[in-house]
Amino acid sequence: MSGAVLSTRLRNGLQVRLKEIHTAPLISTWVWYRVGSRNERAGGTGLSHWVEHMQFKGTPAYPAGTLDREISRNAGFWNAFTWLDWTAYFETMPQDRAELALRIEADRMQNSLFEPTEVESERTVIISERQGSENEPTFRLSEEIHASAFRLHPYHHMVIGDMVDLHSISRDQLYDHYRTNYVPGNAVLAVAGDFTASSMLRKIRQLFGKIPKAPVPAYHDRTEPEQAGERRVAVRGPGETVFLELAYRAPNATDPDFVPLAVIDSALTGASNLNLFGGGVSNKTSRLYRRLVEGELAASVSGGLVPTIHPYLYSISVTLRPDSDLETVQRAVDEELEKLLQEPVSAAEVAKAIKQARALFAYGSESITNQGLWLGFSEMFANYLWFESYLELLAAVTPESMLDVARRRLIPSNRVVGVYEPFGSS
Amino acid sequence: MNHLALPKLNLDSLPGPDTVLRRELGNGMLVLARENLTSPSVVIAGYLPVGSLLEQPSQAGLAAATAGGLMLGTEQRKFAELYESIESIGARLSFSTAKHTTAFSGKALAEDLGVLLDLLHEVLLTPVFPATQVSRMVAEKLTSLAIRDQDTSSRADLAFSGLIYSDHPYAVPTEGNRDTVEKLTAAQLRRFHARYYRPAGTVICVVGGVRAKRAAQTVEKRFADWAAGRQVKQPTLPDLRPLQGIVREHVPLEGKSQSDIVLGFAGPPRADPDFLAASLANNILGRFGMYGRIGDVVREQAGLAYYAYSALIGGYGPGPWQVMAGVNPRNLERAVELIRTEFRKMIGRAPSAAELADNQANFIGRLPLQLESNEGVAGALVNAERHGLGLDYHQRYPGLVAGVTRGDILRASRRFIDPDHLAIGSAGPESTPA
Repeated sequence: MSGAVLSTRLRNGLQVRLKEIHTAPLISTWVWYRVGSRNERAGGTGLSHWVEHMQFKGTPAYPAGTLDREISRNAGFWNAFTWLDWTAYFETMPQDRAELALRIEADRMQNSLFEPTEVESERTVIISERQGSENEPTFRLSEEIHASAFRLHPYHHMVIGDMVDLHSISRDQLYDHYRTNYVPGNAVLAVAGDFTASSMLRKIRQLFGKIPKAPVPAYHDRTEPEQAGERRVAVRGPGETVFLELAYRAPNATDPDFVPLAVIDSALTGASNLNLFGGGVSNKTSRLYRRLVEGELAASVSGGLVPTIHPYLYSISVTLRPDSDLETVQRAVDEELEKLLQEPVSAAEVAKAIKQARALFAYGSESITNQGLWLGFSEMFANYLWFESYLELLAAVTPESMLDVARRRLIPSNRVVGVYEPFGSS
Repeated sequence: MNHLALPKLNLDSLPGPDTVLRRELGNGMLVLARENLTSPSVVIAGYLPVGSLLEQPSQAGLAAATAGGLMLGTEQRKFAELYESIESIGARLSFSTAKHTTAFSGKALAEDLGVLLDLLHEVLLTPVFPATQVSRMVAEKLTSLAIRDQDTSSRADLAFSGLIYSDHPYAVPTEGNRDTVEKLTAAQLRRFHARYYRPAGTVICVVGGVRAKRAAQTVEKRFADWAAGRQVKQPTLPDLRPLQGIVREHVPLEGKSQSDIVLGFAGPPRADPDFLAASLANNILGRFGMYGRIGDVVREQAGLAYYAYSALIGGYGPGPWQVMAGVNPRNLERAVELIRTEFRKMIGRAPSAAELADNQANFIGRLPLQLESNEGVAGALVNAERHGLGLDYHQRYPGLVAGVTRGDILRASRRFIDPDHLAIGSAGPESTPA
């Protein structure tokens, strides 16, 4: 039912990935651009995300306000995302309407208008989006942790951008960011679903092949130097709940340490789902849940490891109970981490992590939208082989390799400890 | 733009009497099953007719805590053993409570359906609610409620619900409040479970990579021993008092950057003959495209909000029909007025034929996408059973949607939407709305 991946590159540099899946009369079309907050500098933070918003604000063929209506009347499900390394757009459509998605994506790869009035209207929308995030204590804490963890590297600012830049960014800055980065050679078009690959490729050549080739933007690397000691940040704000986050410098997706760290995360805080859609499993048998939540110190604990181009962060987030004190909680976390550094995890824990990952991969591969996602997503930090071989890489993880990674990575000098302290707490 | 003919779906591919197995067990349980042999996984979904309406207002949160406590330990196994049995195979099982029902949902690899059903059976029939575990769960709930009480959208929603439902039982939040939840005890949970958890009226649906017949047999084999017991009497809902004009409540939350608004009225129950027309009206008002007419005015034209959309909840009783928006505190009143203007337009004039056709096309065409996943099919089948829509509902659905007229939309809108009789809940940094 599910075919192999057809992988090719058009003459203008656009990479194309196609996968036939005939389980439902649907086609999911994704365009991934290799631009995200890592491509922004001071004064232009938030540009990538704002450009994403402007991609819904019209082209001569699809004036503002018509794009979303066209998708809706054709029963599509669509969205867009901006992240550290990439910006992605997708439409999952009934099989007989999917050409509309291709037309829209080919059109807005080159023809978006960025009308000044639309830019100004969207400025307040984005400021409102940021203010909504600022209402969340965990956003405020995360922002300070990023700023502390990355002094040089552009992962230091939040994807939405700094408020000062959201007030000052100009239409020309936005348009320049769009024209520079939205070029075929900087994009991957991934389509999965109910089609035949040869006819889909023909349509893609017709619609995308005529977009002129343009230089692929260079990336100016600002490698973050090694961290020389533990960093600590404290954020004070409204609320009653204390949040603790430990953010360790993590390996990038293609680093051999990445997969062992994913298994460590599974043992520590529970299995995570790498997909954008679909839930994971509960984490009640993970080490930190047992110690912190069953131990009546915390209301919840979770972990986060995401595949990225550059070394990013592995975070352990703890929501404290009102009757707990921070020192006790952090000591408990550190004791659990120390155990990981002292002795290998059991073979049973490794086996469980692998079975969980196998199940989550199966769940994540069921929907056509998720299949389309993985075709392009994996290309943003590695390639599709990374996705296809992930379970094999997991199966190769041993207690010894985990011990080695833990000893090098999960040490205090490699982390930022962040605390959100509500006003009035002692 | 061209307005397209309504999508023509292959009705045979949609769930229907030929592809959904429906079997009533002797104890009053109902089993639904549909196979999807291309899928490596299996989903279970369903509900018991046990909701928060069965609890006393002074015990608000009891029904939810009882559902949450099912997996804290059973006569056979302790908390850690229960979770080990599913987490070790990458499966999941969870419960949630609403006003009228307690729902469950689970997922596993198809090969592990038996493990999942064994667990469901065990926690539904033999939970023990260990006192120490219940006390821990209550403390976790109190932390969640403390977070909720600082969340602008939650507080705006609670204020809105309090206004439209006032002394109606729907006003009581299902998750309870801190002063009620902190008093909950293991003994109360045990009593609530013993009194209300029964097979009669319980629905369980299995969808995925297991043959429907085998799935139904697997359920029956486990649950046939659940004794029917005494029938639970469901509470009757009192009439809702109509709003006397515009009623407002603002919750000041110091230190926040954005204000949230929830405004609207009570909407039709799912069984109301106008429900489908009201759903289409809601789609026109605050969903179609980027949030319908409201999104167009509040977000796209005025740039006031990152989100501004409407929702029609439906359900057994008069669920809310509400608009939600997050705005800069300075723009709160302006957003309210823009939304009220859209309410006036909805009741002033029927939508154009083109606008109705677009929304009908959206409703019909998205059905295959909604039914693509095992979760989507299970959810749709359970919902159809819950509201007595029939096994052929999804096959009839395109015709039902196509049959809604402009006049139907206007009539449904005028029955429920009133810009001068509505509730407005808001929360944000300002001490009072400007």
